[in-house]
Amino acid sequence: MTRSYLIALQVLVAVAAIAAWHVLTTVPIFGVTVLPPFFFSTPHDVAARIVKWFAEGSIWKHLWITLLEAMLAFLIGSVAGVLVGFWFARKPLVAAVFDPYVKIVNALPRVVLAPIFVLWLGLGIWSKVALGVTLVFFIVFFNVYQGVKEVSLTVLSNARMLGMNERQLMRHVYWPSALSWMFSSLHTSVGFAVVGAVVGEYLGSAAGLGYLIQQAEGVFDVAGVFAGMVVLAAFVIVIDLVVTLIENRLLIWRPVAAETRG
Amino acid sequence: MSVMPHPTTTPSVGKTDVEPQAAAVTLKGVGITFQLKGRAAFEAVRDVSLSVTDGEFVAIVGPTGCGKSTLLNVAAGLLTPSAGSVAVFGAPLAGLNRFAGYLFQADALFPWKTARDNVAIALEIAGTPTAEAHARADEWLARVGLAGFGPRYPHMLSGGQRKRVGLAQVLIRDPKILLMDEPFGPLDAQTRQIMGNLLLDLWSTDRKAVMFVTHDLEEAIALSDRVVIMSAGPAAHIIGEWRVPLARPRDISEVRLDRAFHDLHREIWEALKGEVLKGYAQTGG
Ligand SMILES: Nc1ncnc2c1ncn2[C@@H]1O[C@H](COP(=O)(O)OP(=O)(O)O)[C@@H](O)[C@H]1O
Ligand SMILES: [Mg+2]
Repeated sequence: MTRSYLIALQVLVAVAAIAAWHVLTTVPIFGVTVLPPFFFSTPHDVAARIVKWFAEGSIWKHLWITLLEAMLAFLIGSVAGVLVGFWFARKPLVAAVFDPYVKIVNALPRVVLAPIFVLWLGLGIWSKVALGVTLVFFIVFFNVYQGVKEVSLTVLSNARMLGMNERQLMRHVYWPSALSWMFSSLHTSVGFAVVGAVVGEYLGSAAGLGYLIQQAEGVFDVAGVFAGMVVLAAFVIVIDLVVTLIENRLLIWRPVAAETRG
Repeated sequence: MSVMPHPTTTPSVGKTDVEPQAAAVTLKGVGITFQLKGRAAFEAVRDVSLSVTDGEFVAIVGPTGCGKSTLLNVAAGLLTPSAGSVAVFGAPLAGLNRFAGYLFQADALFPWKTARDNVAIALEIAGTPTAEAHARADEWLARVGLAGFGPRYPHMLSGGQRKRVGLAQVLIRDPKILLMDEPFGPLDAQTRQIMGNLLLDLWSTDRKAVMFVTHDLEEAIALSDRVVIMSAGPAAHIIGEWRVPLARPRDISEVRLDRAFHDLHREIWEALKGEVLKGYAQTGG
């Protein structure tokens, strides 16, 4: 199967779905509109809304806020995850002591923390960043921990026989191994950074894509909700493409592309 | 050139030459017992005494699982023996063997480094500037027949090519002792011969002490000055040693046609068979 054929089929699915949506919301069948536009809007209205947002330029501010929150959450969560992951992997006692607590916090649905973060950090971006951090941190932490612990014993012995000291082992063996595990979960952790930002905005904020959708819902503006979802989907796809590009650069030494997608 | 009029071989079964002052590696009464968690201890190797003189190429042959890798790990200082002692150039070994280069049985290259970086790192960690290390790494890659393969990552190389990179990585540091664990094990017969000749070629320029582990008796005879045969485990020990009376330089494929080669091969086999049968009688009866 060629690539263009595949893309043609993929586009066909979208066109069919939109066409069905259009027909069911605008063309009465035996005098009944199957999907009332009040609840389901119409493709035309949604498209018009998106065009309006971009034409007025009001959307950019929301996109930027969500992007900023997600990036900060990803950066802070990753740095913290790498540091703690390394620390735990190199200090088995620390890992053993904290093990049950890590499991407890990780098992906790992070959404319940959102109101607490709002209480602590206010309605601005930082409460959303904090929510994203709690999501990103654990993914990166577990991967780095695993990466450091699962360095091939032979590679490690080889490095030591070549004369590496502890610091050089860190730099040339543990660090690349940990990073490769972290990068292999890049899609998941970036995805969760966005989830943290949007969910945080949805639960209480003054800007961002989550806020946009929440506002529209508040006034039963279904076209606004759908338009927000479409913009969010496009936003996520663009980010995912960027991550794929970065990943291909960073994991060039790997025989197969990363497999640990969430 | 490789044919030498040496019809009579002089086996020194079960004995080691005593040259303590010159020996590169001396194992004395080495025993290795693994303590397995929650199970009985496993005695892999018992009372192995072996000494490798400077410049000598010693091949260690034994069935899979007898403890050859374990013995090399002891010589490398990666494993402390449960009994006996290890000395390197006369001094008792404490910690890692700083004189030794070790070519591991399993893949040991850094997968995240290119072939060039894998070889160069061996120099860089000792303080050589990167540019110089890279230049010398390229030289070594060329020497092992991999000129132009520098930018490739290990997964883009074949098994034999990876072994060559490993060889360059070990030899670029110019170790006085070379430990090799079935380096050509997973390769096909042709590649094995090419690699064997390459190894002898590199070794002949500055004769290092070599401990070469293999399960292939023919390969052992073709390459080495002395063949050491180990029994099957557990409690594996040395069954016998034979000097190899073949002239150097050798060509691996030609030397196999030599009379002396065949005589020695048959002789070692006779002794081996006897030992193996004895072993069966003891355990199987
Ligand atoms: N870390 C270990 N713990 C327990 N048993 C081991 C360990 N390493 C090796 N052994 C055992 O010691 C024996 C010798 O192993 P090895 O030296 O790898 O054999 P060879 O290299 O001759 O094939 C084997 O029976 C193996 O199962
Ligand atoms: Mg082995």
